[in-house]
Formats: sequence, C-alpha cells, structure tokens
Amino acid sequence: MADIHARQHPNYLGIFWGLLALTIVEVAVAYQSIGRGLKIGVLLGLAITKALLVALYYMHLKFDRRLLTLIAVTPFFLISAVCLLLFAGLALAG
Amino acid sequence: MTTAVAHAIEFDTPTGIPNRKLGVWLFLVSEVMFFTALIGAYIVLRLGNPAWPVPSTILNIPLTGLNTFLLIVSSVTLVRAFAAAQDGNARGLRLGLVATVLLGATFLGIQAFEYHKLVHHGLTPSSSIFGSCFFTLTGFHGLHVLGGVIWLTIVTIKAFGGVYDDGRHLGVELAGLYWHFVDLVWILLFTIVYLI
Repeated sequence: MADIHARQHPNYLGIFWGLLALTIVEVAVAYQSIGRGLKIGVLLGLAITKALLVALYYMHLKFDRRLLTLIAVTPFFLISAVCLLLFAGLALAG
Repeated sequence: MTTAVAHAIEFDTPTGIPNRKLGVWLFLVSEVMFFTALIGAYIVLRLGNPAWPVPSTILNIPLTGLNTFLLIVSSVTLVRAFAAAQDGNARGLRLGLVATVLLGATFLGIQAFEYHKLVHHGLTPSSSIFGSCFFTLTGFHGLHVLGGVIWLTIVTIKAFGGVYDDGRHLGVELAGLYWHFVDLVWILLFTIVYLI
C-alpha cells in the first residue's frame, strides 16, 4: 500500500558520493610521504567522518528518537574509560 | 544536502520505539564493544612491536579499496530498498535487496580470494603476530558479513513473498541497521589495519 503522504528521504546518493570521495582521499593519503602522526590523524579523521555519515543517515540516527542516539554513544564513554585505564597502565609500566 | 524527513512514527511501547528495533540497537552497541576489544588489542600489540610490517607491503590496498567501495554501495542499495518499502514500491524493495545480497556475497568472495593469496605467500594466523591480528580482525568481520548476507537473503525471500507489501517493513529496517553497522565497522577496520 503506497504511503498517501509524500515521504521525503535523506539524500542517500549524495551521502554515497561523499563516502566515495572520502575513501579515495583516504587511499591517496595512505600513499603520501607525510609525517606519521599527521597521516594517522588525517586517516582516522576521514574514517570517523565516514562512520558518522553512515550512522547518522543510513542508520537514521539523525532522524530517529533521541533515546537511540543516547544508546549509540554510550559505548564510547566506556571505550574512553578503558583507554584511560589502558594508557595509564602502560605509562606506569614504563 | 539533506531534505526534510518526517519524524519517526510513534509506536505503542514505553519508549515509542518498536521493541525489536530497541533490541537490535542494544545488540549493535554490544558489538561496538566487541570490535573495540579486538581493535584495542591490535593497537596495543602494534605499539609494542617495533618490527611490525608496513601493511601496504603485504596487503593488497587497491583490491581492498575496491572491496570497501562495494560494501559502501551495498549500504546504498539497502537504504534505497528500505526507502522503496516506505514508499510502497515493492519492486524497488526487491531489486534493492537482491543487489545488496549480491554485493555482500561479492565482498566475501573477494576477501576469500585475498586470504588465499596471503596464505599462499606465507601470511597465516600463526606465521606472525601481524598475521594473527590481521586474520582475527578481518575474519570476525567477515563472519559478521556472512551472517548479514544470510539474514538479508531471508529478508529478500520474504520480500518476494509479499511479506513487506502491506506497509509493515520493520524487518527490512532491522536487517538494514545490522548491515550498515557491518559496513561502518569495515570503514574503521580498513583504515586501521590496511592504511595506517
């Protein structure tokens, strides 16, 4: 049964072109002779941007109820706590 | 870039969200912790091993880049299939689902080919710590992709049987959430394991 109200969808193809462009840039950056710290920062930034695009638009987090966003971000608080403990432990171990 | 989207329909549950959808999201966040543990172990082991090989000298970056592209395309075909279901377009739903299953299966085929080449050149789960990490991370992700392909195949069969033609397409949305998550994990794995 067709929806009698015209439904507007996010620009999925536009998001796809963005993901494709970011992937091409990522692979190109990986082959560049730049500082290692800079390379890691740029690559991770690009990857996180792509992941956010998928989560917000393809998984509809941007348009869904806030509770789902709260659930989705919860593990990152746990991850941050684990990372803090991990790196503190590594620093103490010398 | 973004057009206006109707807000989520209210459901008769305490949260206003279908219970199955809430359940899938809770499952996905547990999977975030699972992959975080694997990636975290990879980072710690790599930082602790000065002799870690440069991935691009062993792994086929262009082929895996193509594979990454295919997985991203599969997310597009699936989200458009779901949009077709929301619009009452049964043909669009079925075509999108078939395309997604085929792309997912192709991803697995290319990964199996990559594994075959790597093993032939001496990289195995037991040949080195790099090999162990590589096959563990990509192997677990591959298993998740396989599970997604099986799930989507079932959804596709149901779609051809007309199960989602009456506007009840939550099943498509739930499979889509899982598939997009698998794509999202690969986006991060490709960067961390192959490119850095």
